[in-house]
Amino acid sequence: MTNKISVSIWRGKSDGEYQTYEVELRENQTVLDIVTEVQRQHEPSLAYRFACRVGVCGSCAMTVNGVPRWTCRTHVNQVTKNNSLTIGPLRNLPVIKDLVVDMKPFFKKWQTAGASFTGGKTRHDPVATISSESPGRKAADAGIECINCAVCYSACDVVGWDDSYAGPAALNRIWTLVNDERQVNKRAVLDAAFADGGCGSCHSQGNCTRHCPVELSPSESIAALKRSAFMGLPKTGAVESNKIDTGADRES
Amino acid sequence: MNPLRSHKSYLAFVGHRLSGVALALFLPLHFLLLGTAINDADALQRALAFTDHPLVKVAEWGLVVLLTVHLLFGLRILALEMTSWPSRYDNRTSWVIPALVISLLAGVIFWLQS
Repeated sequence: MTNKISVSIWRGKSDGEYQTYEVELRENQTVLDIVTEVQRQHEPSLAYRFACRVGVCGSCAMTVNGVPRWTCRTHVNQVTKNNSLTIGPLRNLPVIKDLVVDMKPFFKKWQTAGASFTGGKTRHDPVATISSESPGRKAADAGIECINCAVCYSACDVVGWDDSYAGPAALNRIWTLVNDERQVNKRAVLDAAFADGGCGSCHSQGNCTRHCPVELSPSESIAALKRSAFMGLPKTGAVESNKIDTGADRES
Repeated sequence: MNPLRSHKSYLAFVGHRLSGVALALFLPLHFLLLGTAINDADALQRALAFTDHPLVKVAEWGLVVLLTVHLLFGLRILALEMTSWPSRYDNRTSWVIPALVISLLAGVIFWLQS
């Protein structure tokens, strides 16, 4: 006797509905495996997005039992309830078809919020050497591994309530920028973070941090941005701007 | 229950905002009542007599609890936004249940003294 699981998958655009499929349970099966099996065995027209399948690209993010997750890194046995699974598109983004959302609003807000690096040097200048022990580098390190999967954006209620809100990922990126010793005009970057839809709109619900697949803490980054309104720009440490990293001092 | 809305941090968010709205609605009525003391002593006496009604007493108890909830959850927000976090993930959810317990205790003390 084979074990089967009942899988409800969103079909259509925002006015679509869930359709249920019976899928065979296998060992070490991920939610992405389930979606793939449904597409190959039951519903060839099912649209979904994935690329690496190993938790690097972030493109397979979907809503699984109400929670945004990377489906490739989610084992079925971790999330199954009553032998059933509900898989939908990410919240807070327009649905293109089935499990595929339009990521444009997410990236557009990222740009509008000013969450992009601007350096003051050219390729002809010496490479800036940043001490790994400097407070700025440590603070930036804590938030730098974001791969723009939009799980935090999907988890955040405020994004759903307030169209102007930049969202946790963009604000987390801004916090890394104001800690980046190479970023020019940090004051303007910080000011942009306090514009309408900036860090002041965060209600500290903490869903971004609870669900970030790479265990970043946008909540902490946003709180630190808010703190900067009183404390000023964070101290980042000195740049040894004339030292060129030739690789000669690296261990082989 | 929505898993994105059933955790302590979200509870603190909802508790702080709803208690804030309730207090915002209460305060104008409170000041209106106090204002009668200046112009109309009889109206003040009638209003004070109204506050002896058992339902008003229950409402007062609720206000004391909500005021304490708002104060303590507000202190949590201030701690989050004005001080460094003990760790990247510690958004002081450990304060939430004690804050609710203290608020209920404040209500009990108010009830015993009134």
